[in-house]
Amino acid sequence: MSGELANPAGVLARRGVEQRSGKGTAAVRRLATGGLVDRTRPLEFEFDGRRYTGLAGDTLASALLANDVRLVGRSFKYHRPRGIFSAGCDEPNALVELRTGARTEPNTRATTVELYDRLTASSQNRWPSLDFDVLSVNRFAAPLLGAGFYYKTFMWPASFWEKVYEPLIRRAAGLGRASGQSDPDAYEKSHAFCDLLVIGAGPAGLMAALTAARAGARVILADEGFRMGGSLLSDNPVIGDRPGSDWAAQAIAELKSFPDVTLMARTTVFGVYDGGTYGAVERVADHLPSPPPFLPRQRLWHIVAKRTVLAAGATERPIVFGGNDRPGVMLAGAVRTYANRYAVAAGADVAVFANNDSAWRAARDLVRAGVAVRTMIDVRDTVDPALLAPLKDAGVRILLGSRVVGTSGKRLHGIEVLTGGHRSSIAADTLAVSGGWSPNVNLTCHLGNRPAWNEDIAAFVPDKLPPGMAVAGAANGRFGLADCFAGGASAAVAALEELGIAATAPALLRAEDEPYRIGAFWHVAESRGPAFVDQQNDVTVKDIGIAHREGFRAVEHLKRYTTLGMATDQGKTSNMIGLAIMAELTGKGIPQTGTTIFRAPYTPVTIGAFAGHHRGKEFRPTRLTPTQGWAERQGAVFIETGAWLRAQYYPKPGESDWQETVNREVRTVRSGVGFCDVSTLGKIDIQGPDAGILLDRVYINTWSTLGVGKARYGVMLREDGMVMDDGTTSRLGPCHFIMTTTTANAAKVYQHLEFCLQVLWPELDVQLASVSEQWAQLSVAGPKARETLARIVDPGFDLSNEAFPFMSAAGLTVIGGVQARLFRISFSGELAYEIAVPAGQGERLAEALMTAGAEFGITPYGTEALGVMRIEKGHAAGSELNGLTTAQDLGLGRMMSKKKDFIGRMMSQRPGLTDPKRPALVGLRPVDRSARLRAGAHFIPVGADAIAANDQGHMTSTAYSPSLGHSIGLGLLSCGPSRIGERVRAVDPVRGADTEVEICNPVFIDPQGDKLRV
Amino acid sequence: MRIPCPYCGSRDVQEFSYLGDANLRRPDHEAPEAAFHDYVYLRDNPAGPHRELWYHGSGCRNWLVVTRNTVTHDIAGARFAKEPT
Repeated sequence: MSGELANPAGVLARRGVEQRSGKGTAAVRRLATGGLVDRTRPLEFEFDGRRYTGLAGDTLASALLANDVRLVGRSFKYHRPRGIFSAGCDEPNALVELRTGARTEPNTRATTVELYDRLTASSQNRWPSLDFDVLSVNRFAAPLLGAGFYYKTFMWPASFWEKVYEPLIRRAAGLGRASGQSDPDAYEKSHAFCDLLVIGAGPAGLMAALTAARAGARVILADEGFRMGGSLLSDNPVIGDRPGSDWAAQAIAELKSFPDVTLMARTTVFGVYDGGTYGAVERVADHLPSPPPFLPRQRLWHIVAKRTVLAAGATERPIVFGGNDRPGVMLAGAVRTYANRYAVAAGADVAVFANNDSAWRAARDLVRAGVAVRTMIDVRDTVDPALLAPLKDAGVRILLGSRVVGTSGKRLHGIEVLTGGHRSSIAADTLAVSGGWSPNVNLTCHLGNRPAWNEDIAAFVPDKLPPGMAVAGAANGRFGLADCFAGGASAAVAALEELGIAATAPALLRAEDEPYRIGAFWHVAESRGPAFVDQQNDVTVKDIGIAHREGFRAVEHLKRYTTLGMATDQGKTSNMIGLAIMAELTGKGIPQTGTTIFRAPYTPVTIGAFAGHHRGKEFRPTRLTPTQGWAERQGAVFIETGAWLRAQYYPKPGESDWQETVNREVRTVRSGVGFCDVSTLGKIDIQGPDAGILLDRVYINTWSTLGVGKARYGVMLREDGMVMDDGTTSRLGPCHFIMTTTTANAAKVYQHLEFCLQVLWPELDVQLASVSEQWAQLSVAGPKARETLARIVDPGFDLSNEAFPFMSAAGLTVIGGVQARLFRISFSGELAYEIAVPAGQGERLAEALMTAGAEFGITPYGTEALGVMRIEKGHAAGSELNGLTTAQDLGLGRMMSKKKDFIGRMMSQRPGLTDPKRPALVGLRPVDRSARLRAGAHFIPVGADAIAANDQGHMTSTAYSPSLGHSIGLGLLSCGPSRIGERVRAVDPVRGADTEVEICNPVFIDPQGDKLRV
Repeated sequence: MRIPCPYCGSRDVQEFSYLGDANLRRPDHEAPEAAFHDYVYLRDNPAGPHRELWYHGSGCRNWLVVTRNTVTHDIAGARFAKEPT
């Protein structure tokens, strides 16, 4: 290094930087004046176990820089030391693990984290320490680890991939680690609607919002930062005769005075969706140590906007050169932002390397702020004399037609510059780099558009836009301040005009509108050492060369082969350079090379925000039956069935397990009486003169002839001939039916009936209403059911078998005037009724039944006993109504009417569906009666190998039958009904069972149905 | 995506469920099996304007015929399926 190495302390002292002595906690690089930080509010924070002090208004990055912390992380692949590179969401390097314990958040950009008191952060991807990282040896192996290395190297043996290579690579490469604990915070989702959504609160966005607000429009102004103002805060322009930040504060104050204007700071609009819908995430409490009570950590917004002005600004990109990843190499705009907004000198000895005018203004600002700028390097041979003057006056050494070819120091302490074939070493602890600005076109491209190349600014600019969107300011490639103001105002006026809202552009502000000139320049060919294009994924210029040589030349191939732009920053500072280098290699030119596709989200969004409240038990609502409270008081054990929570069984003291309880419940029903809540079944009220015709068309059997006061079992098919659902439907009046569906299909059947009425047969005069929630329905079953019911039915209703036979239905009152419906239907096979009362009366009905049946030993029973009794009776349920079975498969083929059309009729007649070899419903019992049957076992002929070719069907439902004293099953068996009495094996390889079973009638109990009719 | 329900107004697509081609007509009961086969299984897959059936299950429970461009997702309009075309 040459003798130019300065005494940093001396420079600091000369330039008026605060110098505090202490234990490393003093903010040594905080400028004495200026900035938008609150010097009266110091904030303590901790990084890698050391305590520091920052100021309110700092980001974690600005506070670290103020404390001269320059090494903040290790790179992804080579574990190279990395520092803070940018001042925004484009940050590739300064990724830290924020907070501790369950709130640990990995890969957080220090440049966007708002400093709060007692913030704790640590560096990532280093072991044992950030300063000394064992795995940094990877960088000596860098020549081996280039693009496509994994693809080429770890090809064989295949088994090694999972066991050896992948764990090794995962340990060596990678960034932060998730906490592994459940997220303690809450998240919300909200909808918002507006006339005009303005994205970005810089000069263009503020002006657009002001214009619309003054016209009385409903406006939402969203900005990702915690303080609105954008470049007005970081570039420190003069508007009129005041600082830009003052103007921004005044504009925000005015916006707040409008009732229809919503200002959303800390809100990133991350995606554009169809129909003017925008996805945004609001960081409600990320700037606090933990969310206050009743506030979510983040809120996900669906913003529906009639019109949108995108004023998202532009992102600076670097120039790529050897050793450009050394801590201390930063974007020029970032160094400017740290000085202007945060009053932080990024370094004590700054050099600038650029190809455009904006970096010269950055250097000018740094000089004004008192930051030591000693060297200005520009690849261009000439620049505007107006840019030269202020730097020359400040004694800055200016090197035109020059480029930086290399760097030195673990933390930067010198650069090597090439000027006209001559190399020289220059001391610098900070190198501010600018390769120009790329408009943030991302949101213009989310619906599939591509940006257009603009040669003048050497950048892609928005081209075709999503419907309803306009772009203003730097996002539109207009970098001048006056241009931003004018563009924002005119975009808002035009948008509102389309909505019929008259708006006028505010008077033009007197603002500096400095020209922006650029000499396109992407990377330094003469570089010494690795030159990083994508710093977060460690992709070098050389890697792009490899991709080119190996034929991965299309940008999408380049991206995937090298991983360029695939890191958490999505290549915000690197994609443009990568494709420019590829364009150079192929000789095709940048517009022809094109960009990769821009996709949402613009910046990473926490999965918790997308989940919102829908996690754990709140993933979906739990539906409770009308007798839930009563059942709880009885000590019932509950089970989730779909969305419903139902009583599974009602244990009594002294019962040792659920089986004993269920056996008792079944025996009590079969010998005395029991009752069960069946309210979960879907109930659809069907009214109208054509109701019978509708039922004829949706059910396979005939309905229009059903008498008033009668119930009937029905089966409905899908149009492809498979069974959709079954249930009992009753006729309450000439034009009034009440349909029951299975619990699982309630919503589906309702939608299907609406489809039939609205789409297929709109000429039918029928109305539907779902009344599933309105009625508490209890099944009362057993030989003593009638005697029990007689005690709760109000006088005057004749329950006798003659007056109210099997399959009757009627309205009546019970327990002293409670409106009710009574159906004499049976699922258990016993004498049984279902009685429905208004849902709010469910518990009262249960209590009344307990009292009325006490004499007969009445028991409530749950879903287990219900299931046992339906298997004993051979009724098909969910396991048999599986969407693959026909009515014939279930033994219900004879129900199909031949006299009428119904949905599924034609397709159910197809030869494949009427083939007798199809698996059909049978009963099964173990030959060894002590054996236990298992659902899911496959039927294999006795003596045949248990292989798929010999599979003849499977066991669908099984239960222990307390009535028979052994295990029973239902199954779908090929040619089943004609094989009654034969034996097959039930083979269950999963649980290691192979049981010989006897094929029998699926109705195990009372096959003639005598008990139903007594 | 937003669907302009003629009963409820412009609503988020999450309130609706999709069925498919609204141009299909259920064959007459005397039509041959082949006609039912086509009705049940055969679908066009147009790139461009498409008349589709959507059900507003979380709203008014109307079935709608929505004219949607499958390429751009532009919705040209929506009407009640029960109303004659």
